[in-house]
Amino acid sequence: MPHISLPEGLPGITSGFAFRPETAKPMRELAHILLHEPNSLTPGERELIATYVSSQNGCYFCQTSHGAAAASHLGSSEVVKQVETDFQDASVSPKLKALLAIAGKVQQGGKNVTSADVEHARTLGATDIEIHDTVLIAAAFCMYNRYVDGLGTWQPRDESMYAKMGEHLATEGYRTPSMPQPEPALK
Amino acid sequence: MPYIALPEDLPGIRGAMAFRPETARPLNDLVETLLHSPNSLTSGERELIATSVSYLNDCHYCQSIHGAIAAASLNDNEELVKRVKADFQHADISDKLKALLVIASKVQKGGKHVTAEDVEHARSRGATDLEIHDTVLIAAAFCMFNRYVDGLGTWQPQDEALYRERGKRVAREGYVTVSKEYLPAEVVTK
Repeated sequence: MPHISLPEGLPGITSGFAFRPETAKPMRELAHILLHEPNSLTPGERELIATYVSSQNGCYFCQTSHGAAAASHLGSSEVVKQVETDFQDASVSPKLKALLAIAGKVQQGGKNVTSADVEHARTLGATDIEIHDTVLIAAAFCMYNRYVDGLGTWQPRDESMYAKMGEHLATEGYRTPSMPQPEPALK
Repeated sequence: MPYIALPEDLPGIRGAMAFRPETARPLNDLVETLLHSPNSLTSGERELIATSVSYLNDCHYCQSIHGAIAAASLNDNEELVKRVKADFQHADISDKLKALLVIASKVQKGGKHVTAEDVEHARSRGATDLEIHDTVLIAAAFCMFNRYVDGLGTWQPQDEALYRERGKRVAREGYVTVSKEYLPAEVVTK
């Protein structure tokens, strides 16, 4: 059961967003820019970074919903599973592996990133903005994951729900709710 | 030296925000709502939560600037800010804020560390659902801001006076207003 009275029937972060629309707006906007807007990293690559960090943080809701969004972009869930298990062995580019290594360091704490990590990513073709966005995606998911788990949100084990949500996130992005919203209570 | 080519002369998160104004806008909107907008928790209390989490994450820039904003919001009581960082259970703050700081420190370790007992305890000290929500989100957000600032290897000056002066301005004017000096006008809302 959630730690506070969140709206019922809404899973994970969508319940926190419905509870506090004032903070939901910038949080949605941030995710939309980082994961959905045009970027030299594809949306699939950026969703893989988000999924990987969420799996390292052990956040079931975020890992599953962003994993579904990544699978929707990439047309397969195989690579998503590989990245979660061992990204060095996954069928992704060496550049993305180097960025996932940076994201993994950020997940443990910002100071873990070294100039050698960044240099390595750069030799494999990563630009400054790609490195910036990787650090911020990883940092942002250290927020979203803690928000979702720290409120004790409802995180159903229902794969078809996440698949639908992932489809919505992949096509529509993050500015609009991915779940039908409950009717506002009559006052 | 920063890991990427951030604008020089802008310390900590300001360099990163000037580098990428598109993400700076929602980041400033979020922190404005969480720490500066009217709330049943005072700005000073909320800045203490942000400072405490930044201290636990060992982010020099964030704990210094938010510590300075907290002090500016608390009649320049820098001693209290130091005390909260070192040992908040023995600081001169309300029992409710102590209970919220416990929740924030659990969130800093990971969201799953927060227990129903932590939340019940805060509630028995008068915390509302909204205050508990905002405490969790402030703590979570600073786990982002701290990683963003340290993960890019930003410039973090040691000069305390610089933070003290900046802290007074942010406490007075808020985050969105002061961001106008380093962000292009068209990205700053309001």
